[in-house]
Order: sequence, then structure tokens, then C-alpha cells
Amino acid sequence: MESYMLRWGEMPFKIISKKKLAEKIKMIEIEAPLVARSAMPGQFVIIRVDQRGERIPLTIVDWNPSRGTITLVFREIGLTTMKLGRRRVGEEILDVVGPLGNPSQVLNYDRVCMIGEGVRISSLYPRLKYLKKCGSHTVVIAYAKSGDEIIMEDEISRLSDEYYVVTSDGTRGFKGTAAITLHNLLKESKMKVEVVLAVGSPLMLRSIAAVTKRYQIRTIADLSPIMLDGLGMCGCCRVIVGNEVKFACIDGPEFDAHLVDYDNLISRMKMYRSEEQLSLKIHMGG
Amino acid sequence: MVERIKMPELPVERRLKSFDEVALGYSEEMARVEASRCLQCKNPPCVKACPLNVNIPAFIRHVREGNYEKAAEIIRSSNCLPVITGRVCPYERQCESACTLGKKGEPVSINALERFISDWELSRGFCIPAKIPEKTKGKKVAIVGSGPAGISAAERLALEGYEVSIFEALHMPGGVPLYGIPEFKLPKDVLLKGLKFLDELDVEILTNVVIGRTLTLNDLLSDGYDAIFLAIGANYPLSLGIPGENLCGVYFASEFLMRINLMRAYKFPHESDTPISVYGHVVVVGGGDVAIDVARCAVRLGADSVTILYRRTEKEMPARKVEVRRAREEGVHFSFLSQPIEFIGDENGRVKAIKCIKMELGPPDETGRRRPIPIPGSEFIVDADTVIVAIGQTVNPLALRGFPHIKLSKKGTIVVDPETLETTYSGIFAGGDAVTGSSTVAMAMSTGRKAAHFIIRHLSR
Ligand SMILES: Cc1cc2nc3c(=O)[nH]c(=O)nc-3n(C[C@H](O)[C@H](O)[C@H](O)COP(=O)(O)OP(=O)(O)OC[C@H]3O[C@@H](n4cnc5c(N)ncnc54)[C@H](O)[C@@H]3O)c2cc1C
Ligand SMILES: Cc1cc2nc3c(=O)[nH]c(=O)nc-3n(C[C@H](O)[C@H](O)[C@H](O)COP(=O)(O)OP(=O)(O)OC[C@H]3O[C@@H](n4cnc5c(N)ncnc54)[C@H](O)[C@@H]3O)c2cc1C
Ligand code: FES
Repeated sequence: MESYMLRWGEMPFKIISKKKLAEKIKMIEIEAPLVARSAMPGQFVIIRVDQRGERIPLTIVDWNPSRGTITLVFREIGLTTMKLGRRRVGEEILDVVGPLGNPSQVLNYDRVCMIGEGVRISSLYPRLKYLKKCGSHTVVIAYAKSGDEIIMEDEISRLSDEYYVVTSDGTRGFKGTAAITLHNLLKESKMKVEVVLAVGSPLMLRSIAAVTKRYQIRTIADLSPIMLDGLGMCGCCRVIVGNEVKFACIDGPEFDAHLVDYDNLISRMKMYRSEEQLSLKIHMGG
Repeated sequence: MVERIKMPELPVERRLKSFDEVALGYSEEMARVEASRCLQCKNPPCVKACPLNVNIPAFIRHVREGNYEKAAEIIRSSNCLPVITGRVCPYERQCESACTLGKKGEPVSINALERFISDWELSRGFCIPAKIPEKTKGKKVAIVGSGPAGISAAERLALEGYEVSIFEALHMPGGVPLYGIPEFKLPKDVLLKGLKFLDELDVEILTNVVIGRTLTLNDLLSDGYDAIFLAIGANYPLSLGIPGENLCGVYFASEFLMRINLMRAYKFPHESDTPISVYGHVVVVGGGDVAIDVARCAVRLGADSVTILYRRTEKEMPARKVEVRRAREEGVHFSFLSQPIEFIGDENGRVKAIKCIKMELGPPDETGRRRPIPIPGSEFIVDADTVIVAIGQTVNPLALRGFPHIKLSKKGTIVVDPETLETTYSGIFAGGDAVTGSSTVAMAMSTGRKAAHFIIRHLSR
């Protein structure tokens, strides 16, 4: 272990490879040996690109303990993700800490349906890989606004027993929403699953939860509130689940989708909208 | 009799917009004069009242004689972080409360003299221990948490020839003094310079390692650490548990301070990428030092008004008088005997007002302070665009994940043998706020030193 350890101030988190998956969606493999050693599906890291940088959470999409690397997939949506996207192979970022959050709750089920939206389709990959190894039956619904955002298609379809593509503009697969597709699959009793997991915007999560509630299927929402430390020290990531306040970084990030207060989550995620736009304008001129 | 020399302070108008340090420190002249006030008691009560038992009369004598290096050496032999304590100790409750001069007049300004020496040390690079210890003991100790407790234990152990690694979950070392105590009380570049001696001692600081996640206590034991010291602090924010606490614009003090101190949100957007959303009428809930720190930060962030709501009266308020005075000078208002019962939001889910209830004081509770009791029917509304809840923290047990052998008390603190600070698992010790609950830097350091002593005993058996 000693050789992995680096002292404060050194920059060990080197980008090993980088790939563009779609417009504004990038995949990077990054050196983070301690994280790679103990990651589990559903966990995330918090990264900081540079000295003045913000701490942002990103799901650990894949990891390789022997190479000492982890893989992240992100959408360039604001200042930090854009800065990360501009880092080149061989360059380093300042901080990577993790694995944070609890391992996914779906890992012990035999029949699992998983729904991912846009860039977060990538978050299904580690869970899928694990479930496949355990011999579980897996159904994946990959949903995006448009066909070119259906990412990691080869890797994911290869690991799923059933794989459906849905786009809202109809450029690929079914035209419509993930919730409607799920509803159709359940209605025709084509699909028999014990648990549904969804990751994406709170709006999608809410509509998925509404569908599965009718069918009384246990449903897990992987939430993405704004985070700061990711360690349970600040309370920034708090969400309301079944009238109780939970910290997504240490109690989650997965929660019972039928109990989440989505309105609160949505408004909290918008809290810094104007500040985010301001810093983007100042630093990226856009 | 010479009068106590007042600490020079930044003028109020310059404090309102900047996070510059408020207490400016003594000049050499001032320090010499103040030092001359010390009576040099034979049996000095101040030493006993200092949690670290610094030999106060001795170092003050050297200040008086202009022998600063000697003074520094004396402080340093009991206190490796004068850079922090010299700025933030509640001295009026510690050393200075016992000063013989204080019985009739004003006590010696011990704290300001300590700070003077620490600044003097920093200004000439840093005080390097005369002899860098060799790792002669062949044993390794892991310290979890890089706050005052962890650092002071690390120093003791390294000086005795143990190999020491500090594991810190955040991206920078320092604990609450780094990410909690504001810049205007403790500038961060000063703090970080003050930690440089750990390098000289060859103490390894491993940031971005979360014990309980990145590595477990089991990993540390099986990776060959002979003893572990848990100095994880008390950093899990307590909530009021009232409706509306999750509205936008309602912060816990911890998040608010972490954004400002660790992430430098007050320099957003030009020099920091981390935003903070503070504007309009700011209301702070609480009556301790944290509430005061938060209120003073809010002033500097340009709030229209800042009001502290406290459920008892000024008399029962645990915050330090000097900081309350400075807060008042900076325009902070106080509303006593007021307790929030609900946060009210607007149509966008942002807080806009607080429903409060008036309190009256009943008979004393277990802390000896009179218990506040709500007056039925006395509800009232306070406008608020930003609210910060500063009612305390408890221990965050993340470090203990996957390691059920360590017992926690009902309050959530780590249970230790009060004599040795050993936890319910042999070879694992704990100290600082994690054991005592929220306390002070000097108290945390004293438990760190004590733990080091008993760790050494444990390892020499
Ligand atoms: C547990 C978790 C896992 C995540 N995994 C991924 C992932 O694998 N890939 C991916 O592309 N995104 C992921 N996200 C979302 C990602 O963290 C945000 O997109 C990112 O923080 C945006 O930062 P920015 O500075 O580029 O954009 P900003 O301009 O700061 O924000 C753009 C939007 O991102 C959200 N956001 C901003 N800051 C944060 C923050 N600190 N934490 C969470 N959300 C924030 C806000 O709602 C905002 O509307 C995850 C979030 C969480 C909580
Ligand atoms: C806002 C504020 C103002 C204060 N002002 C004063 C003051 O003016 N004067 C004064 O004397 N005291 C003050 N205090 C109290 C003082 O800061 C604390 O008593 C002291 O810092 C406790 O030291 P500690 O080493 O026990 O813990 P901390 O300083 O809390 O350090 C604990 C460290 O452990 C790390 N950690 C926690 N869990 C893990 C984990 N699982 N893995 C790795 N690392 C972990 C944390 O990140 C942190 O860095 C203040 C406290 C606050 C919150
Ligand atoms: S991000 Fe700070 S508590 Fe979860």
C-alpha cells in the first residue's frame, strides 16, 4: 500500500486516457489507486481540478485495481466539468477522493431493471457488470433526448439481457419517455423484475417512481443533489425521504424512489443557477 | 501599574467588506511592555489553567528580556500550534482567568504574547526542531484526522522516533481551524505555514483518504500500523428538526463555513469556483462561537442585515464576549429569547421568513443555565432571505464503518478509558472533539498529547 500513498500537495491523479463519447460527453481514465482498490458499483468520487476549483461528485463508472485507475464519464455542463474536459492525457488534476457513498442496493437481486438518462447511462455500467457476474437477469432502458446521446451502447447492451433505447425526439429506438416505455413493458407483463433502479434528472426519477408505484415494484432512485465534502460533514446534500432528512453522500446516494421529495430536490439543485452561469460567462466566455 | 495593552484591531469600516484579520497582533514594543506586567508568580496559577500547561511565566520572562527564541522554545515544548492557539484560544476562560493580576485589575494578555512569539517565529521562516528525530522505534502509528488533536499527537510521536502517518479525508490538512474558523480570525496562509514543522518531523500527511471508505480501520491494522489514534472531530451538523429546514437558502453552519473557508467562496467568481448564496436579511440561529463566526462572515458577504436568534438571553450565551463585541461593532443584531419553529418558503422553494416563538427562562437545566420555555401564543414572523443554523455538531462515525469493535456513547462520542484514552479496541486510541464533543483547540491538543503518551506506553510494553 505504501507505494500508493502520496503526500499532501503532490499531484498523483494523472489522466491516462480520454475519449469523446458524444457531443459534450467525455470519458476519462484517471490514476487513483486507492479508490480503484476499494470501489463498489454505485459509489462515486469527488474531484477538484485545480487550486481554485470546486469539489464535484462523479460516479465511478469502471475501475482497474491492478492498473490503479478509475473511469469517469461526464457531461460538460458547467465550469468544473468543462475544465475537466479540457485536461489532456498525461495531465493531472488536483484531487480525487473516494469511493464515497454506499454500494448500490440492487446488487443482491436476481431480476433487475435499470434506467439511465443521458450521460448517466454510464452509471448503470458498473452495476450491470456486477449483476452479470452474479448471473442476474438484467433489463436496461437507455434514455436520452436524442440518439447520439445514447452512450456506451456496445458495453451496456452486451451485458444486458434486455436492452431498450428511448429518445424524446425519436432519432433512436422508441420515441417518448423512459417512464412511458417502462409502463408499456410492465403493462404487457413482458417484463418481470423485482426491483427498478433509475438514475438521471429528478423529473425523470419522479415519473418512473409514479409508474412503478402503480405496479408496486420496489424502486430505487440514485440521487444527484449538490454536494460539497461528500463526507457527511456539511449537510449540503440533504434530501427529504419519507419526511426524514437524509444526507445523500453518507446515507445514499440511492433511496426509495417512492419516498423522495422531488420538488425539494429540484429546487435545491437549482440553488446556484445564476452563480453557475456567471462563473461560466467569466471564465469560458460563454 | 502599567495598564494591559489593548490588542490593536482593524478599524470597523475596513472589516465590513474584507476577510482580513481583525486582531492585528502586538508590536515588539507592545509585547515588551505587556510582558513586563507579569508578576512571575512562584506558583503560577495560569499554568494550571492552560489546558496545555505551557510554562507561561517563563516564556513571558524571555519576551520581556527580548529573548524570543527562548520564549518560542518554551511554548513549543508544550504547544506545537501556537499559530492557532495564539489567535483563537478563549483565554478569558483558560490561562488568563487564573492570572493573579486579574484578581484586582486586568490579567496579563498571555494570549497576545503567545501570538507575538508565534508571529515572530513565522516571520523568520519556521522554528525547526533542533534535532530531527530518527525513526528509531521501528513502529508505525496511524492518525485519523489532521485537526489540532491529530497534529499534536503526531508531533509527540514523531519526536519520540515513531513513524507517523496522518490520514485526512479533505483535500487539505488542519481540521476545523482550516475549514471552520474564519479567515478574519485565523488567516489560512498563516495556519498552513504553521503546519510546516510536520514536514521537518517527517510526518506523512495523506489527504483525500477517507477512513471508513478509502481504507478501513481493518486495512490500517493489517497494513502494519501498530497503533491508531482517532482524531476525527465532531463534524456532523445538528439540525433543528423543524419544517422547512431543507429550503434553499437555509444552510447549516458547517456548509456555510466550509464554502467560505475551505473553498474560499467569498472570492467567487474571480478567484474561486465555489459559489455561496447569501443576501438580503440574514438570520443566524444559535448563541455559540460558531453562530458569531457565521454572522460576521455574512456581514462581509454583503448582507443587508444580520440578526442572531438565540433562545436564551445574552447572559447565558456561550459565545466569547470579545467576539460578541466585535460582531456588534460590525453591525450584527441580536434577538434574544427567540426560537424558530418553522421556516417558510416562497414559490421557488427559497426561504423567505421564519416563524418564531418567544421564550422565557425557567429553572436551571443540567448545564446550570436557565432553561428556555416557549410562551404559548407568542408566535411571530421574522423576514429572512438566508438562514444559517448554528446549533452544534456531533461526531460523524464514518471512520468506524466496517469496524464494529469501537463503542460510541449515547451522545455519539467515542467511548474511551478516561485515564489512557484507549477505545474499546486495544491499540486504538481516540481524542479531541470526537471524545469530548465540541470543545476548544487547546483542549483537543491536550488530549492529543495525552493519547501520544499512552500510545507510546502501549507500544513499549
Ligand atoms: C453522487 C453523484 C454522482 C454524479 N455522477 C455524475 C456522473 O457520473 N457524470 C456526470 O456527468 N455528472 C454526475 N453528477 C452530476 C455532477 O456532479 C454535476 O454535473 C457537476 O457537479 C456539474 O458541475 P459544473 O461545475 O460543471 O456545473 P455547474 O455549473 O456547477 O452546475 C450545473 C448543474 O450541475 C449541478 N451541480 C452543480 N454543482 C454540483 C455539485 N457540487 N454536486 C452535484 N451537482 C452539482 C447543478 O444542479 C447545476 O444545475 C453526479 C452527481 C452526484 C451527486
Ligand atoms: C466555526 C468554529 C469556530 C471555532 N472557534 C474556536 C475558537 O475560536 N477557539 C477554539 O479554541 N476553538 C474553536 N472551535 C473549536 C475547535 O475548532 C475544535 O474544538 C477543534 O478543532 C477540535 O479538534 P480535533 O482535532 O478534535 O477535530 P477537528 O479539528 O474537527 O479535526 C478533525 C479532522 O478529522 C477529519 N476526519 C473526520 N473523519 C475522518 C475520516 N473518516 N477519515 C479521515 N479524516 C477524517 C476531518 O476532516 C477533520 O480535518 C471552533 C469550532 C468551530 C466549528
Ligand atoms: S456533501 Fe456534505 S454532507 Fe453530504
